[in-house]
Amino acid sequence: MELNPQTELTLGQTEKLPIGKLHASQYLVAVILLILSVGLWRLEVVGADNFRAMAEANRIRKVPVMAPRGRLFDREGRLLVDNYPSVSCYLLREQGHDLNADLPRIASGLHLTVEQIESVLRRYQAAPKYQPIPLKQDITPDEQAFIEAHRNELPELETLEEQRRVYPRDGFAAHLIGYVGEISEDDLNKEKYAFYQPGDVVGKSGVEATYDALLRGVDGSRDVIVNSHGKEIGHLGETLAKPGQDIKLTIDLDLQMAAEKAMEGKVGSIIAMDPHNGEVLALVSRPTFDPNQFAGKLTKTYWNEILNNPDHPLLNKAIQAQLAPGSTFKIIMSYAGLQEQEAQSLRVMCNGGASFYGHFFACDARHGMVDINRAIPVSCDTFYYTLANKLGIDTIAKYATSLGLSQHTGVDLPDEASGTMPSTQWKMKNFHEKWYAGEVISVGIGQGAVAVTPVQLARAIGGIASGGVLHRPHTVFPDEVPSDMLEAVHETFPGSGEKTVPLSPDNWETITNAMAQTTITGTAGAARLEGIDFAGKTGTAQVMSHDALARSGGGHRTVPNAWFVGMAPRRNPDIIVVVLWENGNWGANSAKLGAQIVNAFVTKQRKKENNIHIAEAAPAPVLPASSGSASTPVAPVRKPALESTDAAPAIKKTAVTEIKKPAPVDAEN
Amino acid sequence: MVRFSSYRDFDWILLGFVLVLSIISVLEIKSATLHTKFHGFDHKQIVFLAAGLFLMFVISAIDYHRLIDIVPWAYGISIASLLAVKLVGQKVLGARRWINLGGGVHFQPSEWVKLVLIVAVARYFWGLSGKELTWRDIGKAAALVCVPMALVLTQPDLGTSLTYLPILIVGLFLGGIRLRQVGIIVLVLALLGGVAWKSGKRLKPYQQARINAFINPDSDPKGSGYQIRQSLIAVGSGGIWGKGANKGTQTQGDFLPIPYTDFIFAAFCEEHGFVGAMGVLLLYFLILMRLIQNAQTAADLPGAYLIMGVVGIIVFQIAVNIGMVVGLMPVTGIPLPLMSYGGSSILFTFLALGIVMNVRMSRFVN
Repeated sequence: MELNPQTELTLGQTEKLPIGKLHASQYLVAVILLILSVGLWRLEVVGADNFRAMAEANRIRKVPVMAPRGRLFDREGRLLVDNYPSVSCYLLREQGHDLNADLPRIASGLHLTVEQIESVLRRYQAAPKYQPIPLKQDITPDEQAFIEAHRNELPELETLEEQRRVYPRDGFAAHLIGYVGEISEDDLNKEKYAFYQPGDVVGKSGVEATYDALLRGVDGSRDVIVNSHGKEIGHLGETLAKPGQDIKLTIDLDLQMAAEKAMEGKVGSIIAMDPHNGEVLALVSRPTFDPNQFAGKLTKTYWNEILNNPDHPLLNKAIQAQLAPGSTFKIIMSYAGLQEQEAQSLRVMCNGGASFYGHFFACDARHGMVDINRAIPVSCDTFYYTLANKLGIDTIAKYATSLGLSQHTGVDLPDEASGTMPSTQWKMKNFHEKWYAGEVISVGIGQGAVAVTPVQLARAIGGIASGGVLHRPHTVFPDEVPSDMLEAVHETFPGSGEKTVPLSPDNWETITNAMAQTTITGTAGAARLEGIDFAGKTGTAQVMSHDALARSGGGHRTVPNAWFVGMAPRRNPDIIVVVLWENGNWGANSAKLGAQIVNAFVTKQRKKENNIHIAEAAPAPVLPASSGSASTPVAPVRKPALESTDAAPAIKKTAVTEIKKPAPVDAEN
Repeated sequence: MVRFSSYRDFDWILLGFVLVLSIISVLEIKSATLHTKFHGFDHKQIVFLAAGLFLMFVISAIDYHRLIDIVPWAYGISIASLLAVKLVGQKVLGARRWINLGGGVHFQPSEWVKLVLIVAVARYFWGLSGKELTWRDIGKAAALVCVPMALVLTQPDLGTSLTYLPILIVGLFLGGIRLRQVGIIVLVLALLGGVAWKSGKRLKPYQQARINAFINPDSDPKGSGYQIRQSLIAVGSGGIWGKGANKGTQTQGDFLPIPYTDFIFAAFCEEHGFVGAMGVLLLYFLILMRLIQNAQTAADLPGAYLIMGVVGIIVFQIAVNIGMVVGLMPVTGIPLPLMSYGGSSILFTFLALGIVMNVRMSRFVN
């Protein structure tokens, strides 16, 4: 082998490296390895416990397991509100990941726009970083697959299974049932919500709100082993979720449907009650809203639509509309007059009105000589002007107040209005003015400052018809609710509640007989129900004074409100119905609606009693179609999980046959 | 003159230690990639090891004096290839480090430059043999190493460029640098470093962040401090005996970053504990002692320089990598020799060992 000259030259030297330097190198290596060993000792022996705890904290995550909310049934055990499993997409911001770069991909995968995601991010900017942000609720299987397929590239996306509410369609019983939504920050500060967490879903209105504590159950949690992307790779322990309690409402689905149908396209309210105990059998308020929209992601368009509707769809008119009761108030006047021994002997000559305190007060017709027995059916204003004048405002107010006017009834629904019952004291307090004797005249026919809610009227007149026994209206059977919760509900919604007012049997008969006459020969004669002991009273309440009316030049909003209070049978009725049809023009119009409800109720009761096979009757839809057609069973928006769990005799069979014709489970989804 | 070398003088004991470490490496790579998309890297590592062994035997058969003869050419080619990377290199993750040779083969010149530098430095100091080092000699040696180093540093690849430094240091140390000279160099570097630190312009933001994270790992647990923090948790939670193979929660849960390359020692510590870690350190100790011993028995000065250059690089990489894993060093991205997954690293180590073998086999020749 040839070597180049340089190599050749040095070969002879055969020098070696100084041995000392090599030893020094060995020591240096030893020292370096020793230092590393000390480092390892420090971590693995001294700090082991500490680091072990950190490793555990790293990989174990508490994942909430949402308790399914209790379902709602009607009084016969027919399902009204159910849950369906849904998957929501959450965004984790702790991934040490450039979120902005991923936004376009996330947006296209979840069918959102980048702007939408950015606005969500902005909204949660102040929230702590570890808190996942709800990005999209109720994602489709497609979107779920997208998230699964991109676990590695998009570790910030997380899914969570939740139970979502599914409400009947078309706002059916929406005001009664209410809806759920994410708890607001204001609510979180209230004592009632002391144990709630941000992000919790709570009842916002209706039964959902009142009985939230019962319906919500207790969320569980799972200790999940996750990897650094938060992906689940196993789990340790689990605390099971305690499902919310199912609740049976006092609502009768059939009656509710009849009421919904009656109010279709109208503005106003119907409330039907069992005066024996205050159970609400039906409650409708129109216009209505779709609670499903509220339970999900409320769109701006829908929210604006609701807000801009002049008829206030969110208002539960059955307990919140405070309007002049018109002639329906004459029943309360009659009660006052009879109990005061004034009305029995009162005879009034009606020549189409009468003059009091220098003013002429008109009546609709010339009724001639009128006594109490005729004054109610024909609704003679002149008679009641006179009676009011005799009684004076404070006597009227005393009786009206004893029947619960100007007070909450204590119905178990949030935000009940109390109405107004004028009196000398009331006027002094609110206007710092003396009461003028002449003001009492229009109060006698339920005008002036008198304002009632439909539920007040139902309770008061139902009480009179029941011989003076008044009950607290309620939508949930008291035995469905633990006693401490029931007490809490009563405390939260105080009102006149259970009460007995004095009513002599003679007076009782006088009033109820006259009311029965109303539906035969009286103002509600057109609404007469053959073969049913049907009693009632119409009311046509001016919405503005005659002067104002003349100035306004007419229009729909100036048309009087049409009231009707109806019941069957006339004494100790099984049902009382109050119809409020805003701008319905004549009480007689409302009387026809009321008659439909009473008819539906009585027909059903008779079928039950006579044990007629209910299937022979025209099949009633479980839930109303928008068209109100009775032929197609309607699935709720998402899942037709309707089933009868309660063995309501006779009804059950229909319910089942009706319901087992299932609308296919969202095949197109 | 014909040199005679024999495989009887091949360092089988050294090879034994190396193979034990390689087996440990393969097993840990298997564990660390078990549930990831990198599953199967252990098999690839075996292929790399086989290739490395083959190359080691090949290069051990080449007289190292030959390597020293051709090193000026190799050095020139190295500089050229580093420049080529700058011009036509493939940009990956913001750095140009690879030349795509086509057919899925990527060539990373900076790894091979290490070998060339070892030989070049050995040749340079051999040429100076015996003399006292002048400032001029020191300057030349520094230029020899710092030119390729600067080229790699600006790729940018701080980690690899730093591994060139021990070659220079070992050369200067063995070449007879005097204490006074060392003192002056350290002083000047410290001053320059201080100025650079003040101006804040010498470090890339990610490098600055790594250093900050090293100083205070908890400052940003999800950002730059994440890697260090997770590494410390992995090592510390291993305890004395470890959590067992395939049972490291940090490793298996993907909390530990790249547990099959840069952080493989953290993964190993988590699963095999302090005892296992000490075993690996012992193996390294034995390998290094064996290497230094070979340098002692080398037939001539260039042989000893070559071996000590290899020792320098390996010690440096061990110190920086394990130092990083246990939180004594900032994150630099330097692989752990013989443990980390990766073809370039394995092939370099085995080629270097091949040179060592050749030096040893040549010791009785002459």
